[in-house]
Amino acid sequence: MFLSLLLVLLIGAVAWAGSAVGFASLFGVALPYLALAVFIVGMVCRMAYWAKSPVPFCIPTTGGQEQSLDFIKQAKFDCPNTRIGVFVRMFLEIFLFRSLFRNTQADLVGNNGTGTVYYSSKWLWCFALVFHYCFLLVFLRHFRFFTEPVPFWTTCLETLDGVMQIGAPRFFMTGGILLAALLFLLGRRVFNEQLRYISLVNDYFPLWLLVGIVCTGVCLRYFDKAEIAMVKIFIMGITHFSPVSPDGITPLFFAHVTLVSALLLYFPFSKLAHMGGIFFSPTRNMANNSRRVRHINPWNPPKQYFTYAEYEDTYRDVMAEVGLPLEKEPDRAAE
Amino acid sequence: MAKLPAPQDLLASRPPFQGEHWLDIKPDFVPGGFCYPAKKETMELLHMPNPHEWDPAADDWGLPENWEQTICDAFAERLEKHRSLKLFMDICVRCGACADKCHFFLGTNDPKNMPVLRAELLRSLYRRDHTMLGKLLGKTIGARGWDKNVVKELFCYAYQCTECRRCSLFCPYGIDTAEITMIVRELLHEVGLGTHWIMDPVKNCSFTGNHLGIQPHSFVEIVEMLADDCETVTGIRPKTPFNQKNAEILFITPSGDVFADPGIYTFMGYLMLFHELDLDYTFSTYASEGGNFGSFTSFNMAKKLNAKMYAEAERLNAKWILGGECGHMWRVINQYMDTYNGPAPANMILPVSPITGTTFTNASSTKMVHIAEFTADLIHHNKLNFDPGRNDHIITTFHDSCNPARGLGLLDEPRYVLNAVCNNFVEMPENTIREQTFCCGAGSGLNTEEIMELRMRAGMPRGNALRYVQQKFGVNHMACVCAIDRATLPPLANYWAPGVTVSGLHELVANALVMKGEQKRTMDLRQEDLPGVEEDESAAQEGEGE
Ligand code: HEM
Ligand code: SF4
Ligand code: SF4
Repeated sequence: MFLSLLLVLLIGAVAWAGSAVGFASLFGVALPYLALAVFIVGMVCRMAYWAKSPVPFCIPTTGGQEQSLDFIKQAKFDCPNTRIGVFVRMFLEIFLFRSLFRNTQADLVGNNGTGTVYYSSKWLWCFALVFHYCFLLVFLRHFRFFTEPVPFWTTCLETLDGVMQIGAPRFFMTGGILLAALLFLLGRRVFNEQLRYISLVNDYFPLWLLVGIVCTGVCLRYFDKAEIAMVKIFIMGITHFSPVSPDGITPLFFAHVTLVSALLLYFPFSKLAHMGGIFFSPTRNMANNSRRVRHINPWNPPKQYFTYAEYEDTYRDVMAEVGLPLEKEPDRAAE
Repeated sequence: MAKLPAPQDLLASRPPFQGEHWLDIKPDFVPGGFCYPAKKETMELLHMPNPHEWDPAADDWGLPENWEQTICDAFAERLEKHRSLKLFMDICVRCGACADKCHFFLGTNDPKNMPVLRAELLRSLYRRDHTMLGKLLGKTIGARGWDKNVVKELFCYAYQCTECRRCSLFCPYGIDTAEITMIVRELLHEVGLGTHWIMDPVKNCSFTGNHLGIQPHSFVEIVEMLADDCETVTGIRPKTPFNQKNAEILFITPSGDVFADPGIYTFMGYLMLFHELDLDYTFSTYASEGGNFGSFTSFNMAKKLNAKMYAEAERLNAKWILGGECGHMWRVINQYMDTYNGPAPANMILPVSPITGTTFTNASSTKMVHIAEFTADLIHHNKLNFDPGRNDHIITTFHDSCNPARGLGLLDEPRYVLNAVCNNFVEMPENTIREQTFCCGAGSGLNTEEIMELRMRAGMPRGNALRYVQQKFGVNHMACVCAIDRATLPPLANYWAPGVTVSGLHELVANALVMKGEQKRTMDLRQEDLPGVEEDESAAQEGEGE
């Protein structure tokens, strides 16, 4: 936990100091290009790696009633048997975290602690959803920097996001909420015994990294105010593959960019690949129709089993004794 | 078997989490904590790799010389064969949503029984050999190499998972630790490690057709005896067709129901129901095992045992197969059979109920229908006369078995039937039933005596839910649609909720079934006196046409 915090601080500090002493182009130009390339190629390779292995069996986790008789109501989306049903199930998983919504927490109760209760526990679902959506919104808001003219929807988002009208520049809610959600996710890992036990550096690192990104971003907007006009020109230079001089931009900006680059670099090689992985999950993206449609296994081995003929050869006499019909009568069955 | 501690002591004795990192904790093999190893001859007979004698409690497990290479290669091969494995190794975010969903974790508080850590045991090995960061950073990011203790650890926890898939339901990515357990068990088999309680039935199913290895003539005799018992209760002796060619339906059910109390009453229920319908059906002594212990061993073994069903349907020229009440059997039939051994033989046709004319379109490819679907359809069409009052001495609840619940989606059919055949049906609490059902604690080949305490621990969530409805609503019975449940739930009920009896669905069906020309019923299928038979006369008339 501290190791990963240190690592994130180190990355930030190196970038900050480096760009202050004149390596800004390295952190502001070369690194982002590299990171983006690694991210894209890495994710494509990762998905190709998954796709290369076949799905030998149809193994959806059925989360409700199957489709069977007319008078029995099917859980169309938790136990889909059609493509549309699967599509809706996947949609619910990806956009609403359907499975996490089921979450419960087990606890012992009763006079001698032998009763169990399962409290519905939606906190993880709630904060996970908030985190991801805020991240998405913040990401989309950044198109203000990447595009010229600024698309209409970006301006809309900004207006919505700043609707509380606090402070100048206007406070964007998503930034604050994102930070709160991240701290909740971190807090779980620290204070929940089970989570503390399973958490690895690989779990703390992305969270601290995101915290670092959000904090530097917030600072850039409200405290160490970056010269937006210059930043925009600089970023447009990058997006048009004709980088301009980074002079005059605060080193904090490069710390921010470097942390984002670190995230991109780390993404395909870590659990963050779940973004692509969730689409591949065979327990979710398959229809429960394996009795209606034969699923093919490309490596299905040849059939090999103890055949009836072998069976009858082994047991012919005793089978005849109890009058079981036989393919070949034993000689003495004639009596 | 050692004496079990009282339930409250069992729970109080769950150790707290240790301070040490899980990578540093070695597995512990004390008697009662592990299943007995498979016998060498059994493994040889089945052509399993590296058969050998070994003892889990011993230091040396007699692994073959090149064990590490063997397992590593097998693992790499599985990664190439199963997208699920690659994906599940890569994308877990360790959010912990699955942690307290596992009955083994709830009952033992052993951190490695949290599904996420169970998977992490293998994932740590994956990291070292198949990821870049793992190769570079090693233990810092939870990667480790193979050693003999790792093999032991995998064995320990792969046989403390009942492949129930409850974790998978709650995981935001659907990571199915059951799938990982199945693959870990395959890896262990590569170096000759298996358990007696799984491999012995596999051997028997393979060579005699049923898991106890009962030979055909004895099998027939036992069924005849059960038919005699039906006659004692009803005055009607149901027919017992065996290995008949050209019957419309081949009926396959777990053989456990032929041999063991209380499954035999469910079996009698089938006999009576089919007789009453005058169904054109047959049993087979060759394919007399519906259950598939191969599915607790390896995909290939499951395929091998399952192959008999279609082979026999073809030989007997049956039109379709009706399958009895069983959990993992139905996971195999629904999700694997057609893939393994399909397409169904040409003589088989789209299943149609000969009584109601209903086509089971949902089984149009496998041509295999679940008995609960079949019976629910009969009831819906008013084809059966019931006197549910005959089940009035019980207040029943229903245990959803893991596999039908999370690998098939069979939830409402048995409830539909249950509501028709008894007047007192109470559900257990919401988070313990239907797709969220808790395992009996001993599925996937763990229902062996030597680990009884572990089973009772794993059965804690189910046991508690049962006791809750026992205390609150006076529940004294639990119905289920699984043969393994019928073996595992009685000791569980006895321990966690004494006084609750267990039966299959079709025992209750047959209790309530009014057969044409039957004698007045004075006892239930267990030949216990029906209470208040006299007053029930009027209720019987009301019950008709339910
Ligand atoms: C298709 C898009 C995505 C989906 C459906 C998705 C879904 C999820 C879900 C369900 C969780 C588990 C709940 C939790 O622990 O918060 C999670 C965790 C996480 N996601 Fe995503 N995610 C997506 C994209 C992203 C992206 C683009 C990032 C980039 C930063 C990201 C970062 C994270 C992190 C850091 C966690 C772990 C939180 C923790 O450690 O507690 N996700 N994601
Ligand atoms: S719920 Fe899924 S993603 Fe979360 S820890 Fe468990 S297996 Fe990993
Ligand atoms: S499949 Fe069941 S027993 Fe296995 S880890 Fe998941 S919840 Fe536990």
